Amino acid sequence: MTITQTRTSLPDTAALRRPAAVRLAWLAGSLLVLCVLCVLSVAFGAREVTLGEITAGLGGDVRGVSEAAVQARIPRTVLAVLVGAALGLAGAGMQAVTRNPLADPGILGVSGGAALAVVIGIVFFGLADPTVYLVVAVIGAAVAAVFVYSVGSLGRGGATPLKLTLAGAAISAAFASLTSAFLLPRVDAMETFRFWQIGGVGGATWDRIAMVLPVLAVGAVTCLLCARGMNSLALGDEVAAGLGENVFRTRLIAAAGAVILCGAATAVAGPIAFVGLVIPHICRLLVGTDHRWLIPFCAVAGAGLLVAADIIGRVVARPEEIEVGIITAFIGAPVFIWIVRRQKVREL
Amino acid sequence: MTEPHSLSAESLTLAYGDRTIVEQLDLRVPPGRITAIVGANGCGKSTLLRALARLISPRSGQVVLDGKALHGRPTKEIARTLGLLPQAPIAPEGIVVADLVGRGRHPHQKMLARFTAHDYEVVAQSLDATGITEFADRSVDELSGGQRQRVWIAMALAQQTDILLLDEPTTFLDLAHQVEVLDLLTDLNRDRGTTIAMVLHDMNLAARYADHLFAMRDGRIVASGPPSEVMTSELIRDVFDLDALVVPDPVSGTPIVLPRGRHHILIPESEEPRVIHS
Amino acid sequence: MSVQTVVAGARVRRRHRGTVLAVLGILIVVVFAVTLMVGKSFYGPAEVFRVILGETVPGASFTVGELRLPRATMAVLAGFAFGIAGVTFQTMLRNPLASPDIIGISSGASVAAVFGIIVLALDETAVSFLALGGALVTAAAIYLLSHRGGFAGTRLILIGIGVAAMLDSAVTYILSRAAAWDLQTAMQWLTGSLNGATWAGVLPLALASAVLVPLVLSQGRGLGMLRLGDDSAAVLGVNVPRTRVLLMVSAVALLAFATAACGPIAFVAFMAGPIASRIIGPGASPLLSAGLVGALLVLTADLAGQFAFDSRYPVGVITGALGAPYLVFLLIRINRSGGSI
Repeated sequence: MTITQTRTSLPDTAALRRPAAVRLAWLAGSLLVLCVLCVLSVAFGAREVTLGEITAGLGGDVRGVSEAAVQARIPRTVLAVLVGAALGLAGAGMQAVTRNPLADPGILGVSGGAALAVVIGIVFFGLADPTVYLVVAVIGAAVAAVFVYSVGSLGRGGATPLKLTLAGAAISAAFASLTSAFLLPRVDAMETFRFWQIGGVGGATWDRIAMVLPVLAVGAVTCLLCARGMNSLALGDEVAAGLGENVFRTRLIAAAGAVILCGAATAVAGPIAFVGLVIPHICRLLVGTDHRWLIPFCAVAGAGLLVAADIIGRVVARPEEIEVGIITAFIGAPVFIWIVRRQKVREL
Repeated sequence: MTEPHSLSAESLTLAYGDRTIVEQLDLRVPPGRITAIVGANGCGKSTLLRALARLISPRSGQVVLDGKALHGRPTKEIARTLGLLPQAPIAPEGIVVADLVGRGRHPHQKMLARFTAHDYEVVAQSLDATGITEFADRSVDELSGGQRQRVWIAMALAQQTDILLLDEPTTFLDLAHQVEVLDLLTDLNRDRGTTIAMVLHDMNLAARYADHLFAMRDGRIVASGPPSEVMTSELIRDVFDLDALVVPDPVSGTPIVLPRGRHHILIPESEEPRVIHS
Repeated sequence: MSVQTVVAGARVRRRHRGTVLAVLGILIVVVFAVTLMVGKSFYGPAEVFRVILGETVPGASFTVGELRLPRATMAVLAGFAFGIAGVTFQTMLRNPLASPDIIGISSGASVAAVFGIIVLALDETAVSFLALGGALVTAAAIYLLSHRGGFAGTRLILIGIGVAAMLDSAVTYILSRAAAWDLQTAMQWLTGSLNGATWAGVLPLALASAVLVPLVLSQGRGLGMLRLGDDSAAVLGVNVPRTRVLLMVSAVALLAFATAACGPIAFVAFMAGPIASRIIGPGASPLLSAGLVGALLVLTADLAGQFAFDSRYPVGVITGALGAPYLVFLLIRINRSGGSI
């Protein structure tokens, strides 16, 4: 079936031989769950609404506040789905490219770099156009990725998972610090400040979604195309090259896809961490390490996680809401710790 | 000359969790002599040494120093009699040789006391004895492996203990430095009467330099005595699972172990000369 | 003669250390004085001195006595506490990245403090003790989580970073629930700020420092021995478990009290140790110098934050802007020298 199957020393050989039927079942099941979650996301939120108000709001009747609230939840849900999928994909891509089970756009400083780039653009260059934000965010994400990778690969052993993660965490702390520093004196700081410090899908509008959708699509397609290459990368550079894979090119393209996804997601929802970390691990447990299945599954699961986190954030703190970024940090950090504690951190 | 201190283990059982490393072991370190402990990896020799240095608490049995159990005695008191050079000592980055050797004076210093003239004298003597006076103001990081090991030995010397335990002092050194260190330890023993007990992985060097040898396997002592008596083909096979020829070393006269693999054998086993014990 | 060389060398190094400490002390006094004098209204040294002595000077008594003096005092005390706490952790865990503000212990103190202030509406002393509890629980949790049949430094740091992320998000959450959350309060608890420092706030920190600082300094030699490795230290007569516990608990306590007083001033605990080690030399105990460096950092950063830019920045933002690049720089240096990460 795949190259990976011929190697008996892989840790997940049993999972690899999963029949396609099982994987298909999981994928279909998760799509179903996603749909359910989307419905819940519209029905429940910071404001209690009745069924009548829901139907009215969905139908377009926005005379009442409740109906308007319901209407506003639709783009919010859609944004959560898109951003969640993007982050799930980006995480899977990063983990494959760096062979690091701890890779995540937030942990590796890529989201932080994107956010900082936009903040610098706003504060020092007076940027105000959301489309420009998008471009700047992707550039920031790329620069951050290169920087973190360079720092993490210095010295013995190259970019080992632990060194890379440390570099990412340190640099991401550095970025966050600078972001605070730059944002502070802004008069309109409050909401902006919170948005670029910790992400949320609260300000979702159809315009923003329309703007970011093509970019996300490009990133997603890039990752999907690299799926087979990612399978080879998992075997190690030498083996992959020996099997005819152009390691450098695959890495570059996959990394580019992940960076684009992460930059776009951050541009439109602020820095959200841990989704890219948790989702690939869960998905690997369910559908195995074949990236041709893993990548789509991560997209769906990532979307589901973010929608669920958003629902929790709105319901738990009524009538206020907690940003999605806080919820994912709260859920994701223990998972991060759990992964670090597991003995064989080096295996993917 | 120092009066000989006696260090021994009585019915010592050492374990990590539910893994027993050493069971009911009795051992007496010959005072005023150089003793080497040899054995295959994982036989418990390092664990034993650490227990002798009071770094590990025994599961049962006891380590006895000068007739009294080690356990329960004040740390500083023990530190004045018993010194240990651990397997991978850490030197703080950038520290100067004289400072590091000076740390050895700690057991002799009161809580917040400064360095006295006597302390400095001892440090200077230790530097002299190990031949590193010229490096006194240099950073430890700049020294070679053999020189660095001499600095650690100088620190142990500054501690002015009568018993010196060393855990694999030669493992990471090239042969020239290994010999350098072992010669130094021999000087210490001859000139000051320091009792030396060391874990060595190289049994040929152990056979050459030790007055007394303990061979261990699976946490037990399988042989004890002078190398000339202890080092035999049978013992090597028993302790190391190695087929070997033991002959007198032409350089020192002590036994030397020549391993037999599957290739490059000149003399078949049946024709090998009988070992002459010197 | 060997003895001469050794003694001469030691004397040179000792004198160097003494000079460094003296210079640090003088700098602190100078900046302290400047902080008291400079501001919207300038007060000369004579007036400031009279206020310190307790005299009532019209105008100055309030500005200097009730605003600037407590602020400057808190800066010195907090900076000192952070510096000592940081260097203790970094030395004992043998890694400059293992600073308590990076591995989440500051976050633990912050969460508890913020909870105490906003949810329970406690007074300063109670909040300090709550912060202490939070810090100790966090430290214990990190230790237990990372201790798996052995002690891997990197694992501890990573787990600490994870814990910090989690607890920081909790702080953000609690702050967002506060009825009167404004940006200023937020900055105080997110990066540390000396705005609104009062004598009531200084008091718990001052008392705690009076007890804990001498305790830590007395263990200075033990700490120096621990740098040689647990085995070597034990063999040299140090009671390793007792020294470690004493130092850790004191460090955590100092950190907690300082955090309760003015928030987790970003990166001070992290920066003070490495800077102090560089200027004082490798053989010496870095405790006192790290404390002084920390105090100087906070004093100067606060001064700069108030007057050096168009807008007023809280001290945490300044130290954050300094500490962040320094963190990256240190990481690069460690990686490049093939160090033990």
